[in-house]
Amino acid sequence: MTSTERTDVLVVGTGFGGAIAAYHLAAGGARVVMLERGPWLTGTDFEHDYKLGSSYTRIFDFVVGDGMSTLGGNCVGGGSVVYFAAMPRAPRFVFERRGSIARRMWPSAITRDTLDPWYDRVAESIPITHQGWEDVSYAGGLWAAACRHAGRTANPVPAAVDNGKCVNCNWMMAGCRFDAKQSLLFNYLPAALAHGAEIRPLHEVQSISRTDDGHYRVNYKLVHDEDYRLTTGDGAIEAKIIVLAAGAAATPVILQRSEATLGPMPHAVGRYFSGNGERLNTAVLNEDRVRDLLGLERGDGLAYAANQIGKGPTVANWDRLDGSLPEYTRYSLEQLYFPPGLGTILATAAGGSGPGWYGVGKKEMLKRWKSWLIIFQMIEDDNEGVFGPPPERGNADRLSQQMLGIGRLQYRPTANTRKAWAMADAEVKDILERDGLATVTPWTNDLVGAYTVHPLASCRIGDDPHTSALDDRHELRGHPGIFVTDGSAVPGALTVNPAMTICALAERAVPGIVRAARERGVEVTYGAPAPGGGTSGRRGTAPLVPALMRK
Amino acid sequence: MTLEAFADTIIPGEKRYPEDRAVAGAAPGGGAVEAGAIELLEWDATGLTGGLDDFARALDAHALAYAAQHGLALDESVPPFVALPFEDRGALVGVLTAPGHPEKELWISLALFSNMAYDSAAHMHTRDAIAAGHPGLTAMGITTPDPDGLWRFPAYTYGRALADLHPDTTPSGSPA
Repeated sequence: MTSTERTDVLVVGTGFGGAIAAYHLAAGGARVVMLERGPWLTGTDFEHDYKLGSSYTRIFDFVVGDGMSTLGGNCVGGGSVVYFAAMPRAPRFVFERRGSIARRMWPSAITRDTLDPWYDRVAESIPITHQGWEDVSYAGGLWAAACRHAGRTANPVPAAVDNGKCVNCNWMMAGCRFDAKQSLLFNYLPAALAHGAEIRPLHEVQSISRTDDGHYRVNYKLVHDEDYRLTTGDGAIEAKIIVLAAGAAATPVILQRSEATLGPMPHAVGRYFSGNGERLNTAVLNEDRVRDLLGLERGDGLAYAANQIGKGPTVANWDRLDGSLPEYTRYSLEQLYFPPGLGTILATAAGGSGPGWYGVGKKEMLKRWKSWLIIFQMIEDDNEGVFGPPPERGNADRLSQQMLGIGRLQYRPTANTRKAWAMADAEVKDILERDGLATVTPWTNDLVGAYTVHPLASCRIGDDPHTSALDDRHELRGHPGIFVTDGSAVPGALTVNPAMTICALAERAVPGIVRAARERGVEVTYGAPAPGGGTSGRRGTAPLVPALMRK
Repeated sequence: MTLEAFADTIIPGEKRYPEDRAVAGAAPGGGAVEAGAIELLEWDATGLTGGLDDFARALDAHALAYAAQHGLALDESVPPFVALPFEDRGALVGVLTAPGHPEKELWISLALFSNMAYDSAAHMHTRDAIAAGHPGLTAMGITTPDPDGLWRFPAYTYGRALADLHPDTTPSGSPA
C-alpha cells in the first residue's frame, strides 16, 4: 500500500485568491502545495496567434451555461495571466448593497474604509500604474472624448501594466509576451516558490473528503497537456488546511461534488452567482464624425480606425457610480478591447430584420472592425446564478480540446438586472450615437446567455448563514479548515473590474487561515512583507489583524 | 455541401465558381467557407468532427420540414438545405438557434466555429493566414505583424487629456 502524500496547506488554484494565500502561508513557515488545472506558461510561451492550440486557447476557459457563460483563466497565475489588468478599487456604496436579500449583503466587518488598508497591501505587492492620458490608447481616448462631448467625465483606469514595456499589441488575453502585464507570475507566485511552496500544473481537483484524523484529502486528476478532454492519471494529497481558489465558476462545483463525502454544504454554495452585471456594446464609428466632431486625429491621416491597438480597457465613465442613486441604477461604462474569435460572434449588426449576429449585415459590420469601439457595462445584478449538479469531472463537459466546455450554471436575469442593462445600453447609445458619431448595438444574449469575464459570488462571505457560504473570515460554514479566497467569496457585483477587490479580500482572509492552521498544529506565523519586501502595507493592516486572528 | 451552405449562412461569401451551389453568393468577397470553416470543423480539436455527418443529415431534415411548412419546392439534385434560397437558409438558422429550440446548443456550436474560421482563422497560424490573404482577417483590416510574428504599435495614443476626471477620484485613480 502506498502512503498518501501529506502537506500542511493545499491550495486549489493559482490565480489571485490562491497565490496570495499560498505566498503568506509559505512565508509564514507552512508547507504549501498548489494544484492548478491548467498549464504553466511564461514569457516567450505567450503567442500572438489565434490558432486553436496556441497560448490563446490553452490558458483560457470558456464555459457555456444556461443563460450565462463565463470566461476564466486556465493556467498558473489564473485570471492574472489572461486579464486586462484593470485594478480599480470598488466604490464605497458597493459595500452597502442589499441586493436580492433585502439587507446588507457584505459582512458588517467590511466597508470601503476597513478594506482600504488591504487594498493598499495589494497595491504594494502588485505594481499598479496610475495611468495618465499619454498612456491611454486611441480607443480609450475616443471614449473619453465621446463622454466629454456628451457632458460626461471619463477616467483613465488604474492598471497593473508596466507602460515602459507595453507595446500596445492588445494580446493580453493570450498572456503578455513582453512581461509588461504585472501578473502573479512576477510577484506573489515567485515569492511563494522562494518560500518553498510547490506549484503543480495540469492537476484538476475533483473533490475533497475528510480523513480519520480530521484532516482533508483532495482528489485530483492529471490533465493531458494538449487535449484537456483527456486525463492521464489521478491522485490524492492530504492536508490540514484547504484553500479553495479555483474561480467562481469552479470552486462551488468542487464543493458540490464533495458533499457526498464531506456532508451537507451551506445553502449558498453554488447559489447567488453574479456575472458582475457585465454586458458589452459595440459601436461602429463614423470616422469623419470622429474627426469633425471630436477633433481627433492620429497624425497619419486617420481619425481612429484603431480597434486593434492598445492594452484592453484604458478609460471608464464613472458618472453613475454615485451612492445617492438607487441600487440597480449605478454602473460603470468602460472602453474595452475584445479580440476576434472568442466573442465577436455575439456582436450584432444594426438594422435588418434577422437576429443580426450572422449574415450579410454582420459581414458588413466585420468589414468595419477597425472602427469598432467596445463598451463594457458593469451594472448591479441580482445574484441570480445557480449551479446545477456537477458534471463528471472539472466544472464542464469539455467539447473542444481546449477552451470550450458546457457547464451547469443557470442564470435567469431578474427584472432588476434587465432594467439596469437596458438603462446602461440606452446611456451608451446616447453618448455614442449623439450627432451621428457611431451606431451602437448590444451583444446578443440569445446565443450563450449573458457573458461574464468576472464570475463572482458563487460561494460568498456574509454574516447570514442562509445567504452566505462563508463566514466573514472566508471559512466554509460547517467545514472548519476549508477556506475560499477567490472571486466566489465576493458577495455581489462591484460595478467595476473585480480583481483588486478579490486580492484585497484574499489578503484580509490570510490571518484567519493562519489562525486555523495553527489550531491544527501547523507551525506558521502571520506577517510577511509584500512579495517585493515592502512593509508599509503591513503597517497599515496591523491594527486590523488581531480581530481577524481571534477565535 | 450542406455544412458549407450552413457556414455560408453565418458569414456569406461570393460564389467560388459559377456553378457553386453551397455558397449562395449573397455577399462580395470570401465568406466563412472560403475562410476555411470546413477545414476548421474537420479538425478534431473543435470537438465537433465526429458528429459532422449527423449534423448535415439533421440540417437537411430541418430544411425539408421548413420547405414543406412554407410550401417551397426544392431542387432534388442538391441536399435540401443547399436547395433553400439564401433568405430561407437564414430564416431556418434563426429558428434553430433561437432560445428554446431543443437543438440550439448544437447549431450555435457549428455557427461559432463557422464564425471563428472567418474572424480569427482558428485553423491556421495567424501570420500565415494574413500572408495568404485570408478573406476574414484581410476584410477586417488586421495588420501584418513584425517580422518576428509579434504585433507592436509604437503609435497608440492621442496623448492628451480628452475629458474631465470624475470629481470623486482618489489619488490612486480609483472611484471614491
